Amino acid sequence: MTAAMNAAPVDGARATRSVVIRTTHWLNAIAMTCMIGSGWRIYDASPLFPFAFPASLTFGDWLGGALAIHFAAMWLLAVNFVVYLTWSLATGHLRRSFLPIRAAALRADAIQALTFRLTHDPGRYNTVQKLLYLLVILGISGAIVSGAVLWKPVQLQEFAILMGGYEGVRRVHFAAMTGIVLFVVIHVAMVAIVPSTLLPMLTGRGPRRPVEKGG
Amino acid sequence: MNDTNFQRLVHKRLGRRAMFTGALSLGSLALLTGCDLEDDDAVDRTLLAISRFNDRVQAALFRQDRLAPTYTAADITDPFPFNAYYEEAKAPEIDSVTWRLELAGRIENKTPWSLGALNQLPWTTQITRHVCIEGWSAIGQWSGVPLGDFLRRVGADLRASFIAFRCADGYSSGLDMATALHPQTQITLRFRNEVLPRRYGFPIKIRIPTKLGFKNPKHVVALEVTDRDPGGFWENYGYNRFSGL
Repeated sequence: MTAAMNAAPVDGARATRSVVIRTTHWLNAIAMTCMIGSGWRIYDASPLFPFAFPASLTFGDWLGGALAIHFAAMWLLAVNFVVYLTWSLATGHLRRSFLPIRAAALRADAIQALTFRLTHDPGRYNTVQKLLYLLVILGISGAIVSGAVLWKPVQLQEFAILMGGYEGVRRVHFAAMTGIVLFVVIHVAMVAIVPSTLLPMLTGRGPRRPVEKGG
Repeated sequence: MNDTNFQRLVHKRLGRRAMFTGALSLGSLALLTGCDLEDDDAVDRTLLAISRFNDRVQAALFRQDRLAPTYTAADITDPFPFNAYYEEAKAPEIDSVTWRLELAGRIENKTPWSLGALNQLPWTTQITRHVCIEGWSAIGQWSGVPLGDFLRRVGADLRASFIAFRCADGYSSGLDMATALHPQTQITLRFRNEVLPRRYGFPIKIRIPTKLGFKNPKHVVALEVTDRDPGGFWENYGYNRFSGL
């Protein structure tokens, strides 16, 4: 939440968000929507597990259409993600916003979150949020790497071996998707509970601090 | 894919013109991107342009000395799945005596090849993974004549860009010359040390372990060396043309 350029906000100040974060966030949302919707269609062509995704939730109309979307949106997803990650590492955003994660703080915040008593503090992440954001960054990395190996299992065969061979890579890719979808469900539910968090992601300017109740 | 599905697919494709209609009915996506996603032609054109870009990326990544992983006899998938745009019972029945491989395009010696003559050529064997565009994969053992050896033998112009294959079942597929000359690309005559069965492409298939399965045509009857991208059965429906692994 804290834009890396800024010092931690003080009471009464507006939390702000860098234009880099806002742009990469929404580009990522578009790319990820395309990837998941088309990916489910591709999955349905030969399901790994004994279920299929409802066709109405998928993109592409048929396998060829879904693949065309998937292999187009992958460029947006990957380039946007690299821009975000590079910027976040270079400016210290990643370290400042998501680290450190301490076990005691995590336990306390998790208990508060699960009992709906966690305060939402614009401009600062609680430990549960930090962990979830780090995990989804890891999940997107995993989806991109395993996706690249699925696309090129001969050219990238050494990576395929690390993931248990071609069929193993399919499972890693599916697991990464599942993790990302679970994150999105929680993420969107939290925004629904604390709608004021949506504005800063759109305009860069948040409500005055503090404080709202929420997860 | 069975016949009924295929009919439905063709109907949908031809009837609706655009490949990607259903993809983009999502209102929120239209709001986010600000694009008129009802314009199927524009969406199709964009996706096809990116698919062509992906062809070039894949061609750049491709290396002739980068071999597909090989496996042991114990890894072979049994039974090996049948796959075509029709049911197994509809696979063509071909007379091995009258069958010929016709040669066309930029080739010095265009004399058609009989099955007996092809069987006289030096051959190699491979146990490799067949990866289907649908996602599943299966390991098989294929034996036959390296396509590059055959092309050199008949005096094909190796500077040409593509090989076009035409098949007895109406199927067709195009192949870039770089992949045609890859050492594992093979005119397959045998599967698991037996004459290539009808369901796997009798009398010959082109086995390409560096390509998705649909780029491995079966029941081949003609081979043309050309500079024009010949497309192919599925390629013309919108599957990525290079489809390398």
